Amino acid sequence: MADPLFKARNLTKHFDVTQSFFQKLKGEEKLKVRAVDGIDFDIYQKRNFSIVGESGCGKTTVGKLMMRLLDPTDGHMYMKDKDIADMDSKQQLKAYRRTTQIIYQDPFSALDPRDRIRTILEEPLMIHNLGDTREERTDMVKEALEEVRLTPPEKFLRRYPHMLSGGQKQRVSLARAMILNPDFIVADEPVSMLDVSVRAEILNLMKDLIEEEDVTYFYITHDISTTRFFTDYIGVMYLGDLVEKGRVEDVLDNPMHPYTQALLVAVPEPDPERGQGVKNVPITGDVPSATQVPSGCRFHPRCPHAEEICKKEEPEEKEIEKEHTAKCHFAGEIEFDLDVAK
Amino acid sequence: MDDDTILEVKDLTTHYLTTDGEVKALDDATFSLDRGASIGIAGESGCGKSTLAFSLLNQVQPPGQIMSGSINLDGIEVTDLSESEAREKIRWKKVSMVFQGAMEIMTPVYSVGHQMKEPLKYHKGITGEKAREICERYLELVNLEGAIFDRYPHELSGGQKQRVIIATALLLEPNLVILDEPTTALDVVVEARIMNDLKRLRRELDISMIFITHDLSILAEVSDNLAIMYAGWIVEFGEAYDIYKDPKHPYTEKLMAAIPDIRTDIERLEYIPGVPPNLVNPPSGCRFHPRCHKAMEVCKEMEPEIHEVDGVNVKCHLYSEDESIAESQEAEYDTAYEDEAAAEAYEGEEGKRELDETGMTETEDEVMEE
Repeated sequence: MADPLFKARNLTKHFDVTQSFFQKLKGEEKLKVRAVDGIDFDIYQKRNFSIVGESGCGKTTVGKLMMRLLDPTDGHMYMKDKDIADMDSKQQLKAYRRTTQIIYQDPFSALDPRDRIRTILEEPLMIHNLGDTREERTDMVKEALEEVRLTPPEKFLRRYPHMLSGGQKQRVSLARAMILNPDFIVADEPVSMLDVSVRAEILNLMKDLIEEEDVTYFYITHDISTTRFFTDYIGVMYLGDLVEKGRVEDVLDNPMHPYTQALLVAVPEPDPERGQGVKNVPITGDVPSATQVPSGCRFHPRCPHAEEICKKEEPEEKEIEKEHTAKCHFAGEIEFDLDVAK
Repeated sequence: MDDDTILEVKDLTTHYLTTDGEVKALDDATFSLDRGASIGIAGESGCGKSTLAFSLLNQVQPPGQIMSGSINLDGIEVTDLSESEAREKIRWKKVSMVFQGAMEIMTPVYSVGHQMKEPLKYHKGITGEKAREICERYLELVNLEGAIFDRYPHELSGGQKQRVIIATALLLEPNLVILDEPTTALDVVVEARIMNDLKRLRRELDISMIFITHDLSILAEVSDNLAIMYAGWIVEFGEAYDIYKDPKHPYTEKLMAAIPDIRTDIERLEYIPGVPPNLVNPPSGCRFHPRCHKAMEVCKEMEPEIHEVDGVNVKCHLYSEDESIAESQEAEYDTAYEDEAAAEAYEGEEGKRELDETGMTETEDEVMEE
């Protein structure tokens, strides 16, 4: 297999919690939010990678680290063998960000309400000194609008964001990312605010652009049901760590980690034959605070299969089948059948 | 209306009288709900789902207004009630509502208990220890600790807040609870657990529920009946099982197909081209015709009747028994997209793509040349 486009090794981000004067005076230990806690993953060219998990598990932080909107506490990230984590000059970062773009969750607030669509799309071009004249830039803007199927582009140039529907706004966000011809796009919950029918349309469009524009997505979502269609690889994140990763079919058909299994059981399915019975959702409680990550396996307080060893030892990453790993002491030993569990 | 029916809605029409014109948010909604049964109402944003819910409580905010129709709730005609009568007779006691984004409707400056016991105080005059006791009992019913009573909203997680809101809605033992997008902002695991609780509560307390959501996959698990809404119309109404197994209306068909499946590999997701119409000037004839893949000539001109097909009510010309319509069905079926006006109705690209798919690009080029 070809070399990965993007590699993360031991990627870590800890946030310091501000202490009050009295806490300092009392000499209390400084708390750290362990948002991302030493994760590794590879992303291959044109093979989308998705990261799923509950809110607060650190998935958005990973996206921001990849864009270098946040500086990692530790670890390395490589984009085509260039170390991004070590970049510190503005020039380097600017060059990097031309090749990597981000789409945010909320299309309603990601676009400046006072700017016309044309201005919104022209801005990245100005920042990166692309296009010498206004006409040239306008042509590029039109091309980008056509790429995201907002046609005829002339109709949209002079519009303001409030004149567009949610799906159209998200397409403008996508056009703004695509206009610099990036290799890599971080898509942070790009469709979670949209209606089901529009959601499907945007995901189809994003998928088409993989071949048309040679782009690879890093797809952050809490909705595991869209990952199978949209991505090739998946990482399941829990409390700052990737507990299971692999090819999307392998992980969804044969989940090894109890957390992945619980996520799959929880997904609602539009099949009335399953009836209205109460589902057996195996995990209870809420995600613990990332300032106090449990000892041993971080999932043990909520895990239905937890045993003594889970409290003490942090599980190693186990490879169960090719490219499919899980961080669980009992990976491969826990029986799971989605139909029975439902 | 017999004793088994708790809610009967007939030809309910609610419009918003704005300065831009009359927004026809809900037109001629007709359905009924049996005691202890549940109904799911689904549709895209802006299709009138929430307007329907507010109408049922007689609580449509101005400039909205119930124009006509009747709502019979457990023997009471809701549309005849004045604001104070509605407050006194039906709200909380007979019907209560869990609002969309319920997590944000709690006041941060009062404790959970303070906010929870308000309906008890105003409707039943219960205060103090007695109120606390009742509240704690209901908190336990939704799987929360009674101690939550003394906490403040910021101390609770999203799922806990949603549970508090559900417990509050149940306090005065209503017969009917309306849940407007009850789990939209929550994670799947929390969502599944809250849905479990709702299923259990419905059985234990024998209450009827109305679920309003854009997510059809959730509705499959909780609703006995299903109403699909589009642009202010209920386009399909019937037993949930029948509709899921065999959707009749083209809109329902597409909506179901847009749900991704986690079990099988698919190359492309289905979607509905275009955007929902502006309800000040809804499309003529059938409101869905500009986006419909089965649109016929007649759909542009005539509003469809409600036809009963295999026990399901469908508002679509496809099921018409009128011969002239049935004939036009065959004659116009393939040519619907050829019409320039139809293409115009699609917003930009959607129209073009639809034309591409039907192989009508040539026709369009000709039109352009002209």
